Amino acid sequence: MSELKPMSDNSPNSPERRRFIGAATATAAGLTLAPGVMLIEVAHGRPDEQAASSAVRWGMLVDATQCATGCDDCVTACSTENGWTPIAESQHKKQAPQWIRKLELQNPLTQMETSLPMMCQHCAEPPCVDVCPTGASFKRADGIVLVNRHTCIGCRYCMMACPYKARSLVHESLNDTQKPDVPRGIGCVEACTFCVQKVDRGDGTTACVEACTAAGHNALLFGDMNDPESEISKRLRELPTKQVRADLNLNLGVRYHGI
Amino acid sequence: MASITFREVEGSSLKYWALFGGIGLFVLFGFLSYLYMHHHGHVVTGMDNQIVWGLPHVFAVFLIVAASGALNVASIASVFNKPMYKPLAPLSAILSLALMLGGLLVLVLDLGRSDRLIVAMTHFNFKSMFTWNVFLYSGFFGLVGVYLWTMLDRSVKTYSKAAGTAAFIWRLTLTTGTGSLFGFLIARELYGTSMLAPMFIIMSFAYGLAIYLMVLAAAYAWTGRTLGDAVMVRLKNLLAVFVAAVLYFVVVYHMTNLYFAKMGAVEAFILRDGGIITTLFWVGQIVIGCVLPLVILLTGLGKQRTWIMIASALVILGGLVQMYVTIIGAQAYPLDMFPGLAEKSSFFDGEVHHYSPSVPEFFLGLGGLAIALLATTFAVKVLRLLPVSLDDATVAKLEH
Repeated sequence: MSELKPMSDNSPNSPERRRFIGAATATAAGLTLAPGVMLIEVAHGRPDEQAASSAVRWGMLVDATQCATGCDDCVTACSTENGWTPIAESQHKKQAPQWIRKLELQNPLTQMETSLPMMCQHCAEPPCVDVCPTGASFKRADGIVLVNRHTCIGCRYCMMACPYKARSLVHESLNDTQKPDVPRGIGCVEACTFCVQKVDRGDGTTACVEACTAAGHNALLFGDMNDPESEISKRLRELPTKQVRADLNLNLGVRYHGI
Repeated sequence: MASITFREVEGSSLKYWALFGGIGLFVLFGFLSYLYMHHHGHVVTGMDNQIVWGLPHVFAVFLIVAASGALNVASIASVFNKPMYKPLAPLSAILSLALMLGGLLVLVLDLGRSDRLIVAMTHFNFKSMFTWNVFLYSGFFGLVGVYLWTMLDRSVKTYSKAAGTAAFIWRLTLTTGTGSLFGFLIARELYGTSMLAPMFIIMSFAYGLAIYLMVLAAAYAWTGRTLGDAVMVRLKNLLAVFVAAVLYFVVVYHMTNLYFAKMGAVEAFILRDGGIITTLFWVGQIVIGCVLPLVILLTGLGKQRTWIMIASALVILGGLVQMYVTIIGAQAYPLDMFPGLAEKSSFFDGEVHHYSPSVPEFFLGLGGLAIALLATTFAVKVLRLLPVSLDDATVAKLEH
């Protein structure tokens, strides 16, 4: 037996094999767990005491070529998530808030039709923030434009200033559909928040995007535009996109493909 | 220079109290309208998420602009050293304070959260034209108040010119600020131009003087004091110049817009296709507010006091209409987010927005005017603001 060369490489107990298996297991585990660990980090969101970071710029990509005419799943999802009354159920349609709406566009010359959602564009240079007398309209470090429900005096100057008609005034007392993490109130102005409550929870997405994906349209994508490895950054690199009223040079957080 | 005697109006007659009560009734209506709107929210108004500033803003901005212009007469006296205007100055100052008060009240009572006025007074964003206006308005009260004091108190009379000059510069800045509330807006085609600042200044001259003329004539007629033709003719000629200047600015503004193809559609909306807005522009703003008053003031009709009063009333009415066209008209035209494409949505994108002011909005606005007149009526009773006589002989002596 002594002349027999021990199968050092393959024996179950050999140190080399053990090292190999150890390394392979570690790699496999790493490959399996690392994204999970990272996801857990994302899923935890920001701790309450940590401020939003300018290292992140939340943004959305709207692929109008995938957006289905007549589908308003994104609008319904927004209304459900944020507790505003769907327009169909509203008694005062002209005065009812609409955080997101479906726009149907038609080129009168070519008859080409385009369908897309329109909401707060979360400008880097938001005119609503510029004009707000009390500073209630503000932009978070991570690019999300919000209204401070407690210092908004309802002057509606921001609504005059917004080129996207993204904002609504709450014209009447609210019913009991309000959500605990989405403060709203009569006499104050409000708009799309990029589902800031979900973002801060670490969901990494918004209600409209989830609904659009669930419906299989995949016309909406949400993510960090500052992270070159994020899905949205990759898609923005590949697809030609436009900003609405790009002439105003407001550097929008929402980019459209197919308009 | 001959001295002029100022005296309070007696204000004890039935007629005085009837006037006071009559105006007071409109103040009450305005207050009730506010309570109603505040209780129910803006849902009871004609305003919505398309027309976000409605009739109260029309009245408020008109009154604020007119307030600045009402100070004109005083400015001419102390800044430009025209002695004839000196006896007219105290009324001019008090009227401008009263109009400012009325305008600001309407503005703040139309806020979605008027109960949070204290927030507006303690939280400032200095990039906002609104914030600047908060300071311009408060400063106006302070400066014109001091100016009025220098007119009424002999011991500080030497400071009158300095105070008058400060108030003059301040109110030009103030009206620049008011015009820039709109001029600094990029979203709507009809705003976003520096033209609006000087245009608002010249509008303030016309509206303020028209109101001043009517208040002056009424005060003298109702108290039985003499108001000579010399004063009336001088002021009505000045009014004609201001109205002509307003017309000039309006023409230049629209001609400039018409030259740019991108403005073609919105100009067509105001000038031709806008329905009620177009009618208001041509009939209200141009004919009633400018052309008719000019015809009256520059022809033989302008020699008759009744016709001067009619012309002044037309300038005021036309001014309110001009504000309506400026504020409502610009919002009624849809935002052009996708130039060249037709837009449709549940949020009324791509369509002209209609606005029907509600009764409470109208009375809230009117309440602002009423409170300005009520404050003036009260002020002439308690302060020596009006000369005992402004007959031609007295006025003539001032100039020599």
